[in-house]
Amino acid sequence: MKKFKLKKIDNKKKTFLYIFMIVVIYAIVMALTSAGIINRYYNGILITVCINLILVVSLNLTTGYLGQLTLGHAGFMAIGAYAAAYFSKTFMTIPQPFSFIIALLIGGVMAMIAGLIIGVPALRLKGDYLAIITLGFGEVIKTILLSMAIIGGAKGYIGIPRVTTFTSAYVFVIITIVFVCLLIKSRHGRAIISISEDEIASEASGINIVKYKIMAFAFAAFFAGIAGGIYAHYMGIIEPKTFGFNKSIEILVMVVLGGMGSINGAVIATIAITILPEMLRSLSQYRTLMYAVTLIGVMLYKYDPRVQVLMCKAKMFCAKINPFKRKEAK
Amino acid sequence: MELFLMQLLNGINIGAIYALIALGYTMVYGIAKLINFAHGEIIMVGSYTMFICIATFDLPVVLSIIITILACALLGVVIEKLAYKPLRNASRISLLITAIGMSYLLQSVFQLIFSANSKTFPQVINVSNVEIFNVTVSGNQIVTLFVAIFLMIVLDLFVRKTKTGKSMRAVSEDSGAAQLMGINVNRTISITFSIGSALAAVAGILYSSSYPLINPFMGSTIGIKAFTAAVIGGIGIIPGAVLGGFILGIIESLSKAYISSQLYDAIVFSTLILTLVFKPSGLLAKHKKEKV
Amino acid sequence: MNVLKISNLGINFGGLRAVDNFNLEINEGELVGLIGPNGAGKTTVFNMLTGVYAPTDGTLQLGGVKYNGKTTYQIANMGIARTFQNIRLFKNCTVLDNVKVAMHDTYRYSVIDAVFRLPKYYRLEKQMNEKAIELLKIFSLEDYAESKASSLPYGKQRELEIVRALATNPKLLLLDEPAAGMNPNETKELMNTIKKVRDEFKIAILLIEHDMKLVKGICEKITVLNYGCVLAEGDVETVLSNKSVISAYLGD
Repeated sequence: MKKFKLKKIDNKKKTFLYIFMIVVIYAIVMALTSAGIINRYYNGILITVCINLILVVSLNLTTGYLGQLTLGHAGFMAIGAYAAAYFSKTFMTIPQPFSFIIALLIGGVMAMIAGLIIGVPALRLKGDYLAIITLGFGEVIKTILLSMAIIGGAKGYIGIPRVTTFTSAYVFVIITIVFVCLLIKSRHGRAIISISEDEIASEASGINIVKYKIMAFAFAAFFAGIAGGIYAHYMGIIEPKTFGFNKSIEILVMVVLGGMGSINGAVIATIAITILPEMLRSLSQYRTLMYAVTLIGVMLYKYDPRVQVLMCKAKMFCAKINPFKRKEAK
Repeated sequence: MELFLMQLLNGINIGAIYALIALGYTMVYGIAKLINFAHGEIIMVGSYTMFICIATFDLPVVLSIIITILACALLGVVIEKLAYKPLRNASRISLLITAIGMSYLLQSVFQLIFSANSKTFPQVINVSNVEIFNVTVSGNQIVTLFVAIFLMIVLDLFVRKTKTGKSMRAVSEDSGAAQLMGINVNRTISITFSIGSALAAVAGILYSSSYPLINPFMGSTIGIKAFTAAVIGGIGIIPGAVLGGFILGIIESLSKAYISSQLYDAIVFSTLILTLVFKPSGLLAKHKKEKV
Repeated sequence: MNVLKISNLGINFGGLRAVDNFNLEINEGELVGLIGPNGAGKTTVFNMLTGVYAPTDGTLQLGGVKYNGKTTYQIANMGIARTFQNIRLFKNCTVLDNVKVAMHDTYRYSVIDAVFRLPKYYRLEKQMNEKAIELLKIFSLEDYAESKASSLPYGKQRELEIVRALATNPKLLLLDEPAAGMNPNETKELMNTIKKVRDEFKIAILLIEHDMKLVKGICEKITVLNYGCVLAEGDVETVLSNKSVISAYLGD
């Protein structure tokens, strides 16, 4: 009889590979920027990718891992954006990197507080009702921001210091992804996943499901708030209508296309969905149309049995060539 | 007092329209467990169809209305067959994304054809105003209310008394069991979509008669409001949609007049949030406990 | 000293009295069976014991402490673990993770420990893994540790549910039809394992079962429920020869 041996808790090889990738991607971007290949326009796209990545990975925590459909993620982003912008504009005298970091943290914390305020009553609800209440919440935030003259109302909040750089956005992307990955591979993450699998069994196994739902919600809101802050300090001007239902849906689509509860998938889907429309700029009037057709097409294909067989084969092939596979003890 | 009555009337007017649309949401949700985000776009399509029939082809009003209703009913069925039916066993979230994709698709197609600019909807309801207790009730309001109530009664009788109505209720209870009892589930779902879309077409005509500027994006705002109404009343429950529609219309209209012309949307959605906090499945829902 | 003491337990569903005046005492290390025809209210009793339903009246005591009104997870952490009639595993998680979820309360480290990967994280995760494997070995499930729970055959899934329940470190284990869907050989094996679990962990076990062979084979005491009321209780032989019990099962 073979002796059973358990996998290492954290795979060191994999960790080093990821760190290596993080550094290499950053180095490539920096090199291309200084060589002048990445101009202002491309830089903007890269920052947008970073902002979307933070939003998608954070939403993945609630919708992917916790399994609770949320349709108001952009609302948290809005709160973060306005709170961070308000701080930056009020305390212009604080020297730059500190002011920006404090602003982002304030944005994140404010969004987190909003997440708690909505989360506590909302989490009594199940399934679609939670989705609907978060939708309502997102709309409420948008309308309130529209009516507040002190932060510009419908005209937009202008004059926010434009201090977001690729580096700062990239750092927060890494922080978000690492946080979510490490959280998920811990007792807290297991508790969150168990809730999405079976709430009743999870509770019967001693998990305080209300606490964990609120925790996931709060963390997701926090990072959405940070993303909002980065966005505000990149654009220099923010308008409430940017953070409406359509933005929430855009984030959700990236989560779903990437495969819920998969960080790698989410990252790929986010990059693809953010960059593709930019490449098709010449066809800009058909952009929404193509987006819509792609959405429907992907969903239909995903559940086509022929495609599923193909996917299964692809997975088996990947497993075969997986360099991290443990050696079978024969 | 007169102002209040006038606003109340406005509220009932828009509430009746919300109720008609909410019925579509609620029936589709009941039977397919799908938040049909493309439902709002049916209203938009209905308004444009009516607009083309009258402004471009100069058809008589009654014929235009019939064409509009048929076109929307057909569109509803086609959407279901093309986009939702293949996903019936897929996860709910995939279905939701498909519905959203459908909504974007209709918006962008209409934007490409008619441009994003608003068009003026022709006057189709020619009923003179009536004066009651010093308050002018417009012909539009009278027609809207009567049409809406008439359709609700017809729908109620249809669902309760006819064989098709009974099979609709059976499928929404348990589609698997309904199928085993010999009910043609696909046909029932198609009928549900066509009825819901027909109601949306009527709602579109009524809405555009009261607010005669139409554009390709008009459906999403009304759609979300009407959906909110359906949830407030208890989604999946037909009387709930009617109740929710009127409640929402009246709250919206009164808060627009008395509280803030900017914050009324926030009040509408706060109503939704508060309703769900105190009645987690809507006003008329019966509480169901999960079996362990 | 009794582990569980239920007195006067009752619950109404609308106008229906689903369980009425239910009393039960379970002592340390005892194996008690709860039997009765379908719809008699057995699972409802389990649901009340674990806080899924709030009883309309009566008191529940665990180790002398009254625990009415506690939530399901609090009760689980106090020491009552259960399995479900229709298996409720975390299907897409690995077998190992299924067990580790249930150790949530025993091995505690904070979010900070987790996201900074502090030594406490590694230490406790290692202990958890070892403990989980040890528990899985009871049912020789350790070879499946890294496969998905849903990939296990039916019988193994039932056993995994028991392991998961044991992982919460219970004083009392509630098994809801553990042998449902098993063939006679599997049932026999299960009987032995349940006994072994009781002896090794020194816990009390209350089980719902329709398989009389299993009940006779391992239970020391049984309680019979019919229409929500206790029909008979006591040691196995007396109860099973009781006339009203036989008529409840077989009809008059």
